[in-house]
Amino acid sequence: MTETAPAQGFFTEDMTISVGPQHPSTHGVLRFVVKTDGEVISEAIPDVGYLHRSIEKIGEKVTYHGYVPYTDRADYLAAMFANQAFCMAAEKLAGTEVSRRGEFCRVIACELNRIASHLISVGTFGQDIGAMTPFVHALRERETINNLMEEICGARLTYNYIRIGGVGYDILPDTCARIIEFLDHFEPIVDEFNRLLSGNKIFIQRLAGVAVISKEDALSYNLVGPNLRGSGAKWDIRRDIPYSVYPELDFEVPVGTAQVGVLGDSYDRFWVRVREMQESVKILRQCLAMMPKGPAISKVPKKFRPPAGECYARVEAPRGDMGFYVVSDGSEYPYRVRIRTGSFTAMSIIDKLSKGIMVADLIALIGSLDVDAPEIDR
Amino acid sequence: MNAQELYASLEKLFPGKVSNFKGEAMEPCLNVDSGSIVEICRFLRNAPGYRFEVLSDLTALDWPKEEKIQIVYHLYSYSQRHQIVLKADLPRDHPTIATVEEIWKVANWFEREVYDLFGVIFEGHSDLRRIMLPEDWVGFPLRKDYVEQEEYDGISTQRAPLVEKLLR
Repeated sequence: MTETAPAQGFFTEDMTISVGPQHPSTHGVLRFVVKTDGEVISEAIPDVGYLHRSIEKIGEKVTYHGYVPYTDRADYLAAMFANQAFCMAAEKLAGTEVSRRGEFCRVIACELNRIASHLISVGTFGQDIGAMTPFVHALRERETINNLMEEICGARLTYNYIRIGGVGYDILPDTCARIIEFLDHFEPIVDEFNRLLSGNKIFIQRLAGVAVISKEDALSYNLVGPNLRGSGAKWDIRRDIPYSVYPELDFEVPVGTAQVGVLGDSYDRFWVRVREMQESVKILRQCLAMMPKGPAISKVPKKFRPPAGECYARVEAPRGDMGFYVVSDGSEYPYRVRIRTGSFTAMSIIDKLSKGIMVADLIALIGSLDVDAPEIDR
Repeated sequence: MNAQELYASLEKLFPGKVSNFKGEAMEPCLNVDSGSIVEICRFLRNAPGYRFEVLSDLTALDWPKEEKIQIVYHLYSYSQRHQIVLKADLPRDHPTIATVEEIWKVANWFEREVYDLFGVIFEGHSDLRRIMLPEDWVGFPLRKDYVEQEEYDGISTQRAPLVEKLLR
């Protein structure tokens, strides 16, 4: 029996791989410099900025009304929320009243947008993990929402619907009926989706206990939205710093419950999103029933000049607390517009979480955080 | 705790370090001495009754007329449900302030962004690199007196107005 001597001159060294900027799992243009020891990641450094369009700088050069379409481009999957956050900031600065029907139109448009955004999120998440079919199902439903959006405001992605003082166009009764029709159709679809994907054994095994974020880390890294709630913190801007007509509406705030693994794992974040879609359906039904008659937009001067001052408006976007910090110097143009987005802070935690996980789990981690590249770079 | 009480207690604990309280603003704000930012932030983060667990936003404002760059910290406490805005004034020609990365991890990226776009140096920061722009970019775009370089890496950043182009 011969003993095999260790081969001379052989050694293992860390491999450095560039994931992205064009990679199916990055959901847009962003890049990771991944150092791996075989399948185990020792470090994944995010490299962002590929989609930096200096939306904040543009804000200093256009009027308040003119800036609304630019806010659409911050997050193309949830443009409505950026519209709303900016308009809320401008309205707070100038003390503009929003018409009541306008508020309801805003909430309806936003919640439809939230469902559409979450559908993309949970759909592509399944696709990242290797489940192709649910993605197609999710996109089919999103298509209907896009059609409804087109009916409401004429655009399918970048809406420019919410304006200072209200909304651009009223939601007509015919459209309301079609929204209800969609909701009736969509509710059973969520259950179907759960049977297809959420309860799937392979899917669960890929996610349970993977990339666990503790509540302390979630707060320290300022994770927001479903990522924060997935870690068990019950915090939703709609409920806790109420705006618009949300205080009058009855809805639950889903939080992570360690459904299949550990509290704060990738599955919890996914599961929060699925349940949020159901809550959005509830909100939509209430809004459609409660919508009062009246103008969709209140009277706002064409030359919009808020007095000097500053304000910070928050909305609960699909990717969490979206903040617009607007400073006015009393002129027609904002002095400074700052956009604080959920994806930016979610990205910053990846470096910490990626240490010691497998390459395949990195994909699950990125998908579960639902980061959206244009929103990171702005 | 409301903002007024919060300011009064900070004035007592850090005499001379906090000033210029604006309680009537939409988000009450106060000025903090830039040298004691870490000390005050650590207190606000950890002291019972204050507990600002979250740094919602960290950004900067450029005021060329007053020759200053202002760093703005938006703090929020989920447990106590109160908020406060801290502002630290830095000289415009050499803006330097200590990092709060140790207190809120998210400050790492926020500060990188402010460094990238405003040119503020955060002392003690673990990884102060540009985040949005390429490393060899010249200037800090969000400063008010920023002039875009004419070309970057051989690519022109200027574009002839469309009308002129069509008439040619």
